[in-house]
Amino acid sequence: MTGFWSEVVTVVRRDVIAEWRRGEIATVVLPFALVALMVFPLAIGVDLPLLTRIGPATFWAIVLLFGMQIGLRQTTTETTVMRDALALTGSDPVARHVGRTLSATALLVGFAAVLYPAMLVFYAPDVPVRWPVMVGLVLLYVVGLGQLITLAAQVTIGVGGRNTLAPLIVAPLAIPLVVGASQALESVGRGGSILSWTLLVTAVDLALVVTGIVVARPLEEASR
Amino acid sequence: MIELGSVTVRRGGVPVLRGIGLVVGTGESVGIVGPNGAGKTTLLRLLATLIAPSTGEAKILGAQVGTTAVDAIRSRISLVGHEPALYPELTLAENLEHLCRLSGADPALGRINLDKTGLGAVADRRADRCSNGMRRRADLARVMTTDPDLLLLDEAHAGLDRDARAVIDHVVATTLSGGGAVVVVSHEADALGDLTDRIIPLAAGRLG
Repeated sequence: MTGFWSEVVTVVRRDVIAEWRRGEIATVVLPFALVALMVFPLAIGVDLPLLTRIGPATFWAIVLLFGMQIGLRQTTTETTVMRDALALTGSDPVARHVGRTLSATALLVGFAAVLYPAMLVFYAPDVPVRWPVMVGLVLLYVVGLGQLITLAAQVTIGVGGRNTLAPLIVAPLAIPLVVGASQALESVGRGGSILSWTLLVTAVDLALVVTGIVVARPLEEASR
Repeated sequence: MIELGSVTVRRGGVPVLRGIGLVVGTGESVGIVGPNGAGKTTLLRLLATLIAPSTGEAKILGAQVGTTAVDAIRSRISLVGHEPALYPELTLAENLEHLCRLSGADPALGRINLDKTGLGAVADRRADRCSNGMRRRADLARVMTTDPDLLLLDEAHAGLDRDARAVIDHVVATTLSGGGAVVVVSHEADALGDLTDRIIPLAAGRLG
């Protein structure tokens, strides 16, 4: 493994161990997300056609809103002292950014994997169970979201009110992801092509990868 | 090792350091003494290449601060602040292994240096379940793994027992004997003990 990927793996391992021990996603974020997912069916009642229609979009929106909490929680332990120590390891800021992004993505995948079956139960969306397509869509969506959240968390480090500011940055930029993923899922239900919507989400993912790599170092330097 | 020429640092538009000139050579240990708010921590972070001068010129270990040249020399600098640089959820050993892996050092050095600092028995205890003294010592073990050319200490002896102070003295002596340089800042000269060869006062962002 090269130095770059070794650093990436080191960061991912730290983030996953830290989150496992904090247990905040499992005990705080996930239960609230499940409650939020249940609110619409409870409010609407047994209107199956409506629930079927709004199910996929509600799922993506809830992954987006609660996913932001996951990304922000990850960076709360990175105090100025810790960030200084990391910089003085001489490791590559891009590798650390990629590592944080991958760990955020991995946590989001786990989070979405629990929410998705719940959405199928609560909303009974008119979507044929084509798991490879579903898994692919969820992955494409959370890869983009993980990058967006990591970037927003980095931009707002040390800024007062970052818990408000970060979602304000992420939400508008995540619109193409939410629209693309929702429309793709709906197309699956109609038996139509998902190519154009999948391409949209993939293009956003790639744009975010390039942006993250380009801005990782300047962002880190500017955050001190 | 350190060459600062007329360096000014502004934070939020306010000058924190003004016209700083400082030269520190190989094997030298310098103490900077000043009251709270004098700019000591900012000066240390400048010397650590973590912040760039607003005006003036700063060269650390031959690299111009504020340029990408510092990437190559950062792993040769160690900064020990008031707060230990440890992740609370990781054990002391995991913390050190993590930083060793990122700096390219042998991860086994983490545990070895925890033993040397008297923390071998608590190496597998989470950092947030250790006393502040233990965390400070673990921070010193972190410095020992990097074997720095430039060691920067902020209030080095504050809040530490005699054994931990002895560890600091050992780290300073090792750095100097290896041809490195040491800068220690403190709010009182007495706290520097025998750590430094010369002491320079710092007041309102100006070196005296």
